Amino acid sequence: MSNPARAESVEQLDRLVAALLAKGVVTEAEIAEQQASTDRASPEIGARIVARAWLDPAWRAMVLRNGTEGAEALGVSMAGAPPLGVLEDTAKRHHLIVCTLCSCYPRAVLGYPPHWYKSFSYRSRVVREPRAVMAEWGSPVADDIELRVVDSTADYRWMVLPVRPAGTDDWTEDQLAALVTRDVLVGVALPKLPA
Amino acid sequence: MSDTEHTPAMHDIGGIQRFHCTPVERDEAPPDAFGKRVDALRQVLARKGYMTVDELRRGIESIPEPEYFALTYYERWLRSIELLMLEKGVVTPEELT
Repeated sequence: MSNPARAESVEQLDRLVAALLAKGVVTEAEIAEQQASTDRASPEIGARIVARAWLDPAWRAMVLRNGTEGAEALGVSMAGAPPLGVLEDTAKRHHLIVCTLCSCYPRAVLGYPPHWYKSFSYRSRVVREPRAVMAEWGSPVADDIELRVVDSTADYRWMVLPVRPAGTDDWTEDQLAALVTRDVLVGVALPKLPA
Repeated sequence: MSDTEHTPAMHDIGGIQRFHCTPVERDEAPPDAFGKRVDALRQVLARKGYMTVDELRRGIESIPEPEYFALTYYERWLRSIELLMLEKGVVTPEELT
Protein backbone atom coordinates (compact mmCIF):
# COMPACT_ATOMS: atom_id res chain seq x y z
CA MET A 1 0.00 0.00 0.00
CA SER A 2 2.75 2.44 0.81
CA ASN A 3 4.91 1.69 -2.20
CA PRO A 4 6.44 4.90 -3.45
CA ALA A 5 4.45 6.68 -6.11
CA ARG A 6 5.51 5.86 -9.65
CA ALA A 7 7.54 8.49 -11.48
CA GLU A 8 4.67 8.90 -13.93
CA SER A 9 2.32 9.74 -11.04
CA VAL A 10 4.71 12.33 -9.66
CA GLU A 11 4.87 13.87 -13.15
CA GLN A 12 1.08 13.74 -13.42
CA LEU A 13 0.80 15.66 -10.12
CA ASP A 14 3.38 18.22 -11.25
CA ARG A 15 1.47 18.82 -14.50
CA LEU A 16 -1.86 19.20 -12.70
CA VAL A 17 -0.48 21.57 -10.05
CA ALA A 18 1.32 23.63 -12.72
CA ALA A 19 -1.94 24.03 -14.67
CA LEU A 20 -3.87 24.99 -11.52
CA LEU A 21 -1.18 27.50 -10.52
CA ALA A 22 -1.09 29.01 -14.02
CA LYS A 23 -4.84 29.59 -13.91
CA GLY A 24 -4.77 31.04 -10.41
CA VAL A 25 -6.97 28.24 -9.00
CA VAL A 26 -4.53 27.53 -6.17
CA THR A 27 -1.20 28.94 -5.00
CA GLU A 28 1.90 27.17 -3.72
CA ALA A 29 1.51 29.04 -0.42
CA GLU A 30 -1.99 27.65 0.05
CA ILE A 31 -0.81 24.09 -0.60
CA ALA A 32 2.16 24.49 1.78
CA GLU A 33 -0.02 26.02 4.50
CA GLN A 34 -2.59 23.26 4.18
CA GLN A 35 0.08 20.58 4.42
CA ALA A 36 1.60 22.19 7.51
CA SER A 37 -1.81 22.36 9.16
CA THR A 38 -2.53 18.71 8.34
CA ASP A 39 0.90 17.70 9.66
CA ARG A 40 0.09 19.32 13.02
CA ALA A 41 -2.95 17.10 13.77
CA SER A 42 -1.89 14.04 15.78
CA PRO A 43 -3.31 11.31 18.00
CA GLU A 44 -2.15 13.33 21.00
CA ILE A 45 -5.35 15.36 20.61
CA GLY A 46 -7.55 12.26 20.76
CA ALA A 47 -5.49 10.98 23.71
CA ARG A 48 -6.12 14.23 25.57
CA ILE A 49 -9.88 13.89 24.99
CA VAL A 50 -9.76 10.36 26.47
CA ALA A 51 -7.51 11.10 29.45
CA ARG A 52 -9.65 14.05 30.47
CA ALA A 53 -12.80 11.92 30.14
CA TRP A 54 -11.25 9.38 32.54
CA LEU A 55 -10.72 12.15 35.11
CA ASP A 56 -13.61 14.58 34.65
CA PRO A 57 -17.22 13.30 34.53
CA ALA A 58 -18.56 16.58 33.14
CA TRP A 59 -16.01 16.53 30.29
CA ARG A 60 -16.83 12.87 29.66
CA ALA A 61 -20.55 13.62 29.37
CA MET A 62 -19.85 16.53 27.02
CA VAL A 63 -17.58 14.62 24.61
CA LEU A 64 -19.96 11.65 24.51
CA ARG A 65 -22.78 14.02 23.64
CA ASN A 66 -20.78 16.01 21.09
CA GLY A 67 -17.24 15.01 20.17
CA THR A 68 -16.88 18.01 17.87
CA GLU A 69 -17.42 20.32 20.84
CA GLY A 70 -14.75 18.42 22.78
CA ALA A 71 -12.21 18.82 19.99
CA GLU A 72 -12.99 22.51 19.66
CA ALA A 73 -12.55 22.96 23.42
CA LEU A 74 -8.97 21.74 22.89
CA GLY A 75 -8.40 24.39 20.24
CA VAL A 76 -8.90 22.16 17.20
CA SER A 77 -10.65 23.84 14.29
CA MET A 78 -13.49 21.56 13.20
CA ALA A 79 -14.83 23.97 10.59
CA GLY A 80 -15.63 22.00 7.46
CA ALA A 81 -14.85 18.66 9.14
CA PRO A 82 -17.61 16.05 9.50
CA PRO A 83 -19.05 15.65 13.04
CA LEU A 84 -16.94 13.68 15.50
CA GLY A 85 -18.58 10.97 17.59
CA VAL A 86 -17.00 9.30 20.65
CA LEU A 87 -17.84 5.63 21.26
CA GLU A 88 -17.93 4.70 24.95
CA ASP A 89 -16.51 1.31 25.90
CA THR A 90 -17.77 -0.47 29.01
CA ALA A 91 -16.55 -3.53 30.92
CA LYS A 92 -18.70 -5.66 28.59
CA ARG A 93 -18.48 -3.82 25.26
CA HIS A 94 -15.61 -2.63 23.10
CA HIS A 95 -15.71 -0.64 19.85
CA LEU A 96 -13.47 -0.63 16.77
CA ILE A 97 -13.66 1.75 13.86
CA VAL A 98 -13.11 1.10 10.17
CA CYS A 99 -14.00 2.74 6.89
CA THR A 100 -15.03 -0.22 4.78
CA LEU A 101 -15.49 1.89 1.65
CA CYS A 102 -12.22 3.81 1.75
CA SER A 103 -10.46 5.74 4.52
CA CYS A 104 -12.80 8.04 6.47
CA TYR A 105 -11.01 8.81 9.72
CA PRO A 106 -11.24 11.48 12.44
CA ARG A 107 -8.24 13.29 10.97
CA ALA A 108 -8.72 16.46 13.01
CA VAL A 109 -7.99 14.58 16.26
CA LEU A 110 -5.84 11.66 15.00
CA GLY A 111 -3.85 13.05 12.06
CA TYR A 112 -3.29 11.16 8.79
CA PRO A 113 -4.78 7.66 8.76
CA PRO A 114 -2.00 5.03 8.75
CA HIS A 115 -1.56 2.85 5.67
CA TRP A 116 -2.96 -0.23 7.39
CA TYR A 117 -6.25 1.55 8.17
CA LYS A 118 -6.67 2.12 4.42
CA SER A 119 -5.53 -1.39 3.46
CA PHE A 120 -7.86 -3.81 1.70
CA SER A 121 -7.17 -6.47 4.34
CA TYR A 122 -8.06 -4.29 7.35
CA ARG A 123 -11.19 -2.92 5.65
CA SER A 124 -12.49 -6.35 4.74
CA ARG A 125 -11.31 -8.43 7.70
CA VAL A 126 -12.08 -6.28 10.72
CA VAL A 127 -15.79 -6.46 9.94
CA ARG A 128 -15.78 -10.26 9.81
CA GLU A 129 -13.11 -11.22 12.32
CA PRO A 130 -12.38 -8.31 14.65
CA ARG A 131 -11.14 -10.62 17.41
CA ALA A 132 -8.52 -12.11 15.10
CA VAL A 133 -7.34 -8.67 14.03
CA MET A 134 -7.11 -7.47 17.64
CA ALA A 135 -5.16 -10.59 18.58
CA GLU A 136 -2.69 -9.78 15.79
CA TRP A 137 -2.31 -6.36 17.41
CA GLY A 138 -1.46 -7.99 20.73
CA SER A 139 -4.80 -7.11 22.33
CA PRO A 140 -6.84 -10.33 22.53
CA VAL A 141 -10.38 -9.72 23.79
CA ALA A 142 -12.25 -12.14 26.06
CA ASP A 143 -15.20 -13.95 24.48
CA ASP A 144 -17.68 -12.44 26.91
CA ILE A 145 -16.88 -8.91 25.77
CA GLU A 146 -19.10 -7.75 22.95
CA LEU A 147 -17.29 -6.15 20.00
CA ARG A 148 -19.02 -3.49 17.94
CA VAL A 149 -17.35 -2.52 14.68
CA VAL A 150 -18.47 0.95 13.59
CA ASP A 151 -18.15 2.32 10.06
CA SER A 152 -16.64 5.79 9.84
CA THR A 153 -18.19 7.57 6.87
CA ALA A 154 -17.90 10.67 4.74
CA ASP A 155 -20.56 12.23 6.97
CA TYR A 156 -19.58 11.07 10.46
CA ARG A 157 -16.21 10.23 12.02
CA TRP A 158 -15.66 8.16 15.16
CA MET A 159 -13.04 7.62 17.87
CA VAL A 160 -13.09 5.20 20.80
CA LEU A 161 -13.19 6.07 24.51
CA PRO A 162 -11.78 2.90 26.10
CA VAL A 163 -12.17 1.75 29.68
CA ARG A 164 -9.60 3.28 32.01
CA PRO A 165 -7.05 0.60 32.91
CA ALA A 166 -6.95 -0.66 36.48
CA GLY A 167 -4.00 0.49 38.55
CA THR A 168 -4.08 4.11 37.34
CA ASP A 169 -6.03 5.63 40.24
CA ASP A 170 -3.56 8.34 41.18
CA TRP A 171 -2.28 9.06 37.67
CA THR A 172 -2.18 12.55 36.18
CA GLU A 173 -3.82 13.54 32.92
CA ASP A 174 -0.46 13.51 31.15
CA GLN A 175 0.37 10.03 32.44
CA LEU A 176 -3.03 8.73 31.34
CA ALA A 177 -2.80 10.39 27.92
CA ALA A 178 0.49 8.56 27.32
CA LEU A 179 -1.42 5.24 27.46
CA VAL A 180 -3.76 6.30 24.67
CA THR A 181 -2.07 5.52 21.37
CA ARG A 182 -3.49 6.02 17.91
CA ASP A 183 -4.33 2.30 17.73
CA VAL A 184 -6.23 2.58 21.03
CA LEU A 185 -8.24 5.49 19.62
CA VAL A 186 -9.12 3.39 16.54
CA GLY A 187 -10.02 0.53 18.91
CA VAL A 188 -7.75 -2.06 17.33
CA ALA A 189 -5.69 -2.14 20.54
CA LEU A 190 -6.46 -1.69 24.23
CA PRO A 191 -4.55 0.65 26.56
CA LYS A 192 -1.73 -1.16 28.32
CA LEU A 193 0.28 -0.16 31.37
CA PRO A 194 4.04 -0.03 30.81
CA ALA A 195 5.64 -3.33 31.78
CA MET B 1 -22.59 -15.74 3.12
CA SER B 2 -20.51 -16.25 0.03
CA ASP B 3 -19.22 -13.42 -2.09
CA THR B 4 -21.05 -14.86 -5.09
CA GLU B 5 -24.53 -14.18 -3.74
CA HIS B 6 -24.27 -10.66 -5.01
CA THR B 7 -21.57 -8.54 -6.53
CA PRO B 8 -20.84 -5.55 -4.34
CA ALA B 9 -19.26 -2.50 -5.87
CA MET B 10 -15.50 -2.90 -6.12
CA HIS B 11 -14.73 -0.57 -3.22
CA ASP B 12 -17.42 -2.06 -0.95
CA ILE B 13 -15.09 -4.61 0.60
CA GLY B 14 -16.25 -4.82 4.23
CA GLY B 15 -16.40 -8.52 5.11
CA ILE B 16 -15.55 -9.91 1.65
CA GLN B 17 -13.51 -13.12 1.57
CA ARG B 18 -10.91 -12.03 -0.98
CA PHE B 19 -8.56 -10.63 1.69
CA HIS B 20 -9.38 -12.91 4.59
CA CYS B 21 -6.08 -14.76 4.49
CA THR B 22 -4.12 -11.55 4.06
CA PRO B 23 -2.54 -10.30 7.29
CA VAL B 24 -2.95 -6.58 7.88
CA GLU B 25 0.38 -5.09 6.89
CA ARG B 26 1.43 -2.95 9.84
CA ASP B 27 2.88 -0.15 7.82
CA GLU B 28 3.30 2.86 10.09
CA ALA B 29 5.17 5.19 7.72
CA PRO B 30 3.53 8.59 7.26
CA PRO B 31 2.51 9.52 3.73
CA ASP B 32 5.46 10.36 1.48
CA ALA B 33 5.99 13.80 -0.06
CA PHE B 34 3.82 12.86 -3.05
CA GLY B 35 0.97 11.69 -0.80
CA LYS B 36 1.09 14.75 1.43
CA ARG B 37 1.04 17.06 -1.57
CA VAL B 38 -1.97 15.30 -3.12
CA ASP B 39 -3.69 15.38 0.27
CA ALA B 40 -3.07 19.10 0.71
CA LEU B 41 -4.11 19.89 -2.87
CA ARG B 42 -7.43 18.10 -2.35
CA GLN B 43 -8.12 20.05 0.83
CA VAL B 44 -7.32 23.40 -0.80
CA LEU B 45 -9.54 22.59 -3.81
CA ALA B 46 -12.35 21.52 -1.45
CA ARG B 47 -12.03 24.61 0.71
CA LYS B 48 -12.21 26.85 -2.36
CA GLY B 49 -15.32 25.08 -3.63
CA TYR B 50 -13.81 23.29 -6.62
CA MET B 51 -14.71 19.78 -5.43
CA THR B 52 -16.33 17.84 -2.59
CA VAL B 53 -15.43 14.63 -0.76
CA ASP B 54 -18.36 12.89 -2.41
CA GLU B 55 -17.05 13.86 -5.83
CA LEU B 56 -13.59 12.61 -4.87
CA ARG B 57 -15.09 9.27 -3.89
CA ARG B 58 -17.14 9.01 -7.09
CA GLY B 59 -13.96 9.62 -9.08
CA ILE B 60 -12.05 6.97 -7.12
CA GLU B 61 -14.86 4.44 -7.34
CA SER B 62 -15.09 4.88 -11.12
CA ILE B 63 -11.48 3.77 -11.66
CA PRO B 64 -11.51 0.45 -13.56
CA GLU B 65 -11.06 -2.45 -11.11
CA PRO B 66 -7.62 -3.68 -12.20
CA GLU B 67 -6.22 -0.18 -11.79
CA TYR B 68 -8.11 0.44 -8.55
CA PHE B 69 -6.26 -2.45 -6.95
CA ALA B 70 -2.91 -1.64 -8.62
CA LEU B 71 -2.66 2.07 -7.85
CA THR B 72 -1.48 3.34 -4.47
CA TYR B 73 -3.92 5.20 -2.26
CA TYR B 74 -2.84 8.70 -3.19
CA GLU B 75 -2.46 7.73 -6.87
CA ARG B 76 -6.19 6.93 -6.78
CA TRP B 77 -6.85 10.33 -5.24
CA LEU B 78 -4.79 12.07 -7.90
CA ARG B 79 -6.59 10.20 -10.67
CA SER B 80 -9.92 11.34 -9.26
CA ILE B 81 -8.88 14.97 -8.67
CA GLU B 82 -7.60 15.26 -12.25
CA LEU B 83 -10.79 13.71 -13.62
CA LEU B 84 -12.92 16.19 -11.66
CA MET B 85 -10.88 19.22 -12.73
CA LEU B 86 -11.22 18.13 -16.37
CA GLU B 87 -14.94 17.38 -16.08
CA LYS B 88 -15.61 20.77 -14.55
CA GLY B 89 -13.50 22.57 -17.12
CA VAL B 90 -11.19 23.99 -14.45
CA VAL B 91 -8.33 22.72 -16.60
CA THR B 92 -8.32 21.44 -20.16
CA PRO B 93 -6.62 18.30 -21.49
CA GLU B 94 -4.21 20.54 -23.47
CA GLU B 95 -3.09 22.27 -20.29
CA LEU B 96 -2.08 18.93 -18.81
CA THR B 97 0.21 17.89 -21.64
